Amino acid sequence: MKKIIPALLAASAVFACAHAAAQSTPDMGKFLATGGVSQVEGAGGGGITPWALITSYGSRDSWGANAHYTHINTQDYKLGSYGVAVGIADRLELSFAKQEFKGSLAPLDQLNIKQDIVGLKLKIAGDAVYEQDSPMPQVAIGIMYKKNKGIGGLGALGVTNVKQLGAKDDSGYDYYVAATKILFEQSLLLNGTLRATRANQMGLLGIGGDQNDSVRVMPEVSVAYLFTRKLAGGVEYRRKPHNLGVDDEKAYYDAFVAWFPTKNFSITAAYANLGDITIFNPKKQRGLYLSAQVGF
Amino acid sequence: MNKFIKVGCGLLLASSLALAQTPYTDDSVYQGLGGKEGIKKIVDTFVPMLLADPRIKDSFADFDMVQLNVRLQEQFCEFAGGPCKYTGQHRDKTMDGVGTVRDMATVHQDLKITNAMFNALTEDLQIAMERNNVPTRFSNKLVAKLAPMQRAIVTK
Repeated sequence: MKKIIPALLAASAVFACAHAAAQSTPDMGKFLATGGVSQVEGAGGGGITPWALITSYGSRDSWGANAHYTHINTQDYKLGSYGVAVGIADRLELSFAKQEFKGSLAPLDQLNIKQDIVGLKLKIAGDAVYEQDSPMPQVAIGIMYKKNKGIGGLGALGVTNVKQLGAKDDSGYDYYVAATKILFEQSLLLNGTLRATRANQMGLLGIGGDQNDSVRVMPEVSVAYLFTRKLAGGVEYRRKPHNLGVDDEKAYYDAFVAWFPTKNFSITAAYANLGDITIFNPKKQRGLYLSAQVGF
Repeated sequence: MNKFIKVGCGLLLASSLALAQTPYTDDSVYQGLGGKEGIKKIVDTFVPMLLADPRIKDSFADFDMVQLNVRLQEQFCEFAGGPCKYTGQHRDKTMDGVGTVRDMATVHQDLKITNAMFNALTEDLQIAMERNNVPTRFSNKLVAKLAPMQRAIVTK
């Protein structure tokens, strides 16, 4: 599995690029909203879950790209994410995102953890938009490489690396398969994603841990209602592994609205529940999620 | 993994060979579009948009737009479960003295329609329905019937 996915992605990258080269100018050819928004790790999707949709508005004869900034503000923490992504031939997606996680409550008020995430996604079957006469969803496989850049603000405790909190590694891979179906008849978008992961809090607390170091397959689900051509709203759920003794990690949830006034700009607002983050602060972390995307 | 892809491709192929779209069996979508009068207004808004849309207007150069208007009304009405019969008969100016009628696939085969063009047309239709105050839950139901026609229409 680990070798097959990168090989497939590499082969398809060459194929998709050759195909898209036929038309090198971005065509903005897809339907509004059908590139999704930028999820918190930079991939095209919902707020917290990667979808099978390929980011951007480039049709299968073209390409497109976008940039995003996302900010989540809970009682005691802030999470920022910004990045860029390219969609090629409505087939292949490349994304790059930087996350910064900060604490605001003593003794973690100086806490600062940074992470880089590189993502690749390949559509392998189906079409979420056209196949309205069939139950077949659009299916994509993806990979995310996560590199934790270390912990700041805990110098007094001598903690500078996630491994000191029990993580086995400070970098690693997530693999996922996602299925997305737009049901125009019901004005619904449904997504189910299965992610094979060892990441703690998406990788912000490292990869693998003292309690568990094996890969776990975790379900992620999104359901959205298409209120108008430009406005969608829904809920998401993302289950996560529990690998660290110092973090009683829980699932993420959110309820969101996404507004697409044009194909160049979208804004997503959500109420997110990130569960409790580390045993040092057992309070459930909830708060506002805001994300903006600009692109073509 | 290979098996999974084969099954996926098999499903994809099967779905692309599926029969033409069947209309809604009750007339709630037809009523939602505003009945015969509402559909006429939508198409009267829609057709000038096609001719003004730089992404697709050239494709209609040889079309008899009056006839296209009538055919679209018939087709939307039938798909929506209304009391109409889409005759499916298109004639274009280039066929004068040559043939009689063509079906959905043959009428489009020489036009080199891309996905982007198909999507542009559908987007214009969505906007035409918005301008005529059709609620999204009904306009999306019409889009659900039209979207699979991409397989017959997109030839490039």
